[in-house]
Amino acid sequence: MSATGIGASVKRLEDIRFITGKGRYVDDVNRPGQAFAYFLRSPHAHATIDKIDASEALKAPGVVAIFTGDDIAADKVGGLICGWMIHSKDGSPMQAGAHPALAQGKVRYVGDHVAVVIADTYAQARDAGEQIVVDYTPLPAVVDPAKAAEADQAQVHDAAPNNTCFNWHLGDKAATEAAFAAAAHVTKLDLVNNRLIPNAMEPRAAVGDYDSGTDTITLYTTSQNPHVARLVLSAFIGLAPEHKLRVIAPDVGGGFGSKIFIYAEETVCAWAAKKIDRPVKWTADRTEAFLSDAHGRDHVTHAELALDASGRMTGVRVHTIANMGSYLSTFASSVPTYLYAPLLSGQYDIPAIYAEVDAVYTTTAPVDAYRGAGRPEATFVIERLVELAARETGRDPAEFRRQNFVTQFPHQTPVIMAYDVGDYAQALDKALALADYKGVGARKAASAAKGKLRGVGFSAFIEACGIAPSAAVGSLGAGVGLWESAEVRVNPIGTVEILTGSHSHGQSHETTFAQLVSDRLGIPIGNVSIVHGDTDKVQMGMGTYGSRSGAVGMSAIVKALDKIEAKAKKVAGHVLEASDQDIEFKDGKFTVKGTDKSIDFGSVALQAYVAHKFNGQELEPGLKESAFWDPTNFTFPAGVHICEVEIDPETGVVKVDRYTAVDDFGKLINPMVVHGQVHGGIAQGIGQALLEGAVYNDDGQLLTASYMDYCMPRADNLPSFTIDTIETPCPSNPLGIKGCGEAGAIASPPAVINAITDALGHEDVTMPATPQVVWRATQKAPLKRAAE
Amino acid sequence: MAMTMTGEATLPAPRPTVWALLNDPDVLKACIPGCQSLERVGDGYAAVAKVKIGPVSATFKGKVAFSDIVPDVGYTIAGEGEGGIAGFAKGGAKVSLADVEGGTLLSYDVEAHVGGKIAQLGSRLIDGVAKGMADKFFAGFAEAATRVASLEAAQAHPAHAEAHVTHHFSAAEPHAAAPLDPGRAPVGAPPAEAAGSLPAAAAPAASVSSPKKKSWFRRIWEWFTSR
Repeated sequence: MSATGIGASVKRLEDIRFITGKGRYVDDVNRPGQAFAYFLRSPHAHATIDKIDASEALKAPGVVAIFTGDDIAADKVGGLICGWMIHSKDGSPMQAGAHPALAQGKVRYVGDHVAVVIADTYAQARDAGEQIVVDYTPLPAVVDPAKAAEADQAQVHDAAPNNTCFNWHLGDKAATEAAFAAAAHVTKLDLVNNRLIPNAMEPRAAVGDYDSGTDTITLYTTSQNPHVARLVLSAFIGLAPEHKLRVIAPDVGGGFGSKIFIYAEETVCAWAAKKIDRPVKWTADRTEAFLSDAHGRDHVTHAELALDASGRMTGVRVHTIANMGSYLSTFASSVPTYLYAPLLSGQYDIPAIYAEVDAVYTTTAPVDAYRGAGRPEATFVIERLVELAARETGRDPAEFRRQNFVTQFPHQTPVIMAYDVGDYAQALDKALALADYKGVGARKAASAAKGKLRGVGFSAFIEACGIAPSAAVGSLGAGVGLWESAEVRVNPIGTVEILTGSHSHGQSHETTFAQLVSDRLGIPIGNVSIVHGDTDKVQMGMGTYGSRSGAVGMSAIVKALDKIEAKAKKVAGHVLEASDQDIEFKDGKFTVKGTDKSIDFGSVALQAYVAHKFNGQELEPGLKESAFWDPTNFTFPAGVHICEVEIDPETGVVKVDRYTAVDDFGKLINPMVVHGQVHGGIAQGIGQALLEGAVYNDDGQLLTASYMDYCMPRADNLPSFTIDTIETPCPSNPLGIKGCGEAGAIASPPAVINAITDALGHEDVTMPATPQVVWRATQKAPLKRAAE
Repeated sequence: MAMTMTGEATLPAPRPTVWALLNDPDVLKACIPGCQSLERVGDGYAAVAKVKIGPVSATFKGKVAFSDIVPDVGYTIAGEGEGGIAGFAKGGAKVSLADVEGGTLLSYDVEAHVGGKIAQLGSRLIDGVAKGMADKFFAGFAEAATRVASLEAAQAHPAHAEAHVTHHFSAAEPHAAAPLDPGRAPVGAPPAEAAGSLPAAAAPAASVSSPKKKSWFRRIWEWFTSR
């Protein structure tokens, strides 16, 4: 392993830029003559718009234009779309209400877009916005997803009777019913997966820029997938044809899923720039981000687990109500369905599983993918159920899991997934040792002596990453293929540009992708640059989400590098006067087998471009190759997390005292980066478990719309994590990578809540387990467990 | 989160006098904190008031309508105001008058809803702001009542003027589910009775006393323990 190759903890090459303030984000983009957009947002959760009077506002200083939904519709620009079709149990397609970029006739959540004011300065646009008079007739809000489908609730969309988007199911109902009928023990649990607000460090922003000379729109936007944004804005929203629309997502400061989606603001900025023939810029303020970024999670679930007398899991059945919010966001429908229920088998060999999911509309912000997207919700269900079943039947939670682990691979679950490889017991053993599980009893006693409650909780998670192959996701309703692309451009002196369809917004691609290339071509890492995020530079690509950049994005680079090597061998063969079959490539040198005749990579690159040593009719000059990689399966990262908490029953404060994670991500490119991803994920998951929760009141007003009321995890909420990995290389991609971006956020919430419920001796705790929630829970007597 | 507030004030003036004052736009305008204009329009009023709730400062333009009007006995007020980008407020109040020794007992029962930026940023503060505004209103109103009653009574006999005001708040859904931050919130602390401070405006003309008034802390504590 070289110092900068695969497996080395190379420090992030992009960090110097970021920590010295030289990153270039969308808000750093300023175009000549640009105007600023201010979005007038609905203060009502649900209301008809009876009249919008902008006559005074139009006279305000600096105002260039004010547009409403009617203006956009008049230009034949369509509404926002959802790109994943789900069919209900009865075969009917999901009911998607229209989602205009600017509201038409009705607003459906606080923060919904009513009008856009464009002025010379942002302050002028905002001031003018205050002078727009909107006559609303308020309608009742629909806030509680558990009640949204009831007959007495107001209707959010006429197209979706009973506020129901779909009633979907997966699995074999009859087989599952039979498993439960024959069960020796059934564990039942009601769970709420709390609604979260993403809170990327950089708020969303957009700059629309129109070149009337070429009739081309350039949109700078905070996107995780600029090509998908261009595709949607062109083919579905109808802004401009693809060759007349350039989308640039430069440095992006975090996304966690929330920047996958195509939102109203960038659509309007791009459209308005052409309309007024001036660049139009918008940057969200933090409260706008709270209001209008797509939120995450928000499930209400009843779940049951059937066991036979020996403690084997025989069936799982789940009913979930998923809150879609007011409109279907770009991939919203996939999250509580195909990214959720297929993971309900966990790491366990469970013969029968049946899941029903009712997706409902409410008058709240749209809900879509957020770090883990469906898989955290599934993991929370199965790992809470399994822990409780162990408690109810007097089994050790670690050994109960081990008894039910999948051990033979490949393993076909009853819910779509075919697990390719894994070693769950190895991860468990390592985690038990690192967490000093044997010492839990003594530590519990020590805590008790101090008047504290100590608990330990497990989470043996599995996730499906990569979100591919394309044919598979297509058969499940995806509107796009989910391969990835790469182009390798070798310059004449042997430096390399990698053009990737993946997008880095915190994932360290500029480092890890360069490590791959440095390793493969035997060139210094400084000779490699990673180009991404610009549809004019980079070939069509699918972007970054679902922990897919390593497994799918880097694999595409490998495939392109394979072609580079093959071509370079031909060039080297001509130079060295040998057959390309006899050329070996190692450590950056092309050598004729069995001889000391060799030429380095840079010289071959130069020879490829000068083309003096070969016939240009037989071998094309140049050294540039591209590849589109479509994997053969999802990847299945898995691991065991063990959380130990100490609760102060006087205050309800939960201290996460120890946190151990042993994960199997397959091959690691950069262990330091992997650990960083795991740290961030665990912190986010602990945030969900203990601190974060979006709250709408009965009127549909968002009460947690700033950091005064929405509590993010901070360093002092977290212990120093104990992190390790095991390695079972993934067979479905050439690098053996599984993906690590979401694991921490998927695994940690059930580990934390299992620890808290262990400490309390009962299950009556909801997320976020704030001091208030936990203190109240301490007032309830512990249950008598089977083991006691 | 409907904010509700009930309370009563004993005003040192006879019912017809209080009733007249309750229907006098000039008196109301002078008493409503931040009120910039109040004009009779049909059966109600058009009002402009400047209100600051925590970080949100806004000029509300609204309409106020009266119903269930029973002279000398009471009425129901319904109002709604738009505060531009600050959001909106709407609500109603039932006001009733009764004779008590030494004057008139005015009882009120308010329910209010707020939306937009006020709810997003100021919802924790609304109870306090509403209470402060009610205190100011009744302090001023009692002063006016005292003044008028004194004038009316000057011929007959000298008045002993004093007003008593009490409030009771409740929030149908208090700011409950918002996560608390360990180490930042005084969770689990023992109940304590903090001294309520009287609004400055209340002092000179009418002493506003509130025997049943509960401190902020007490109300948080009681709500907290009731769940």
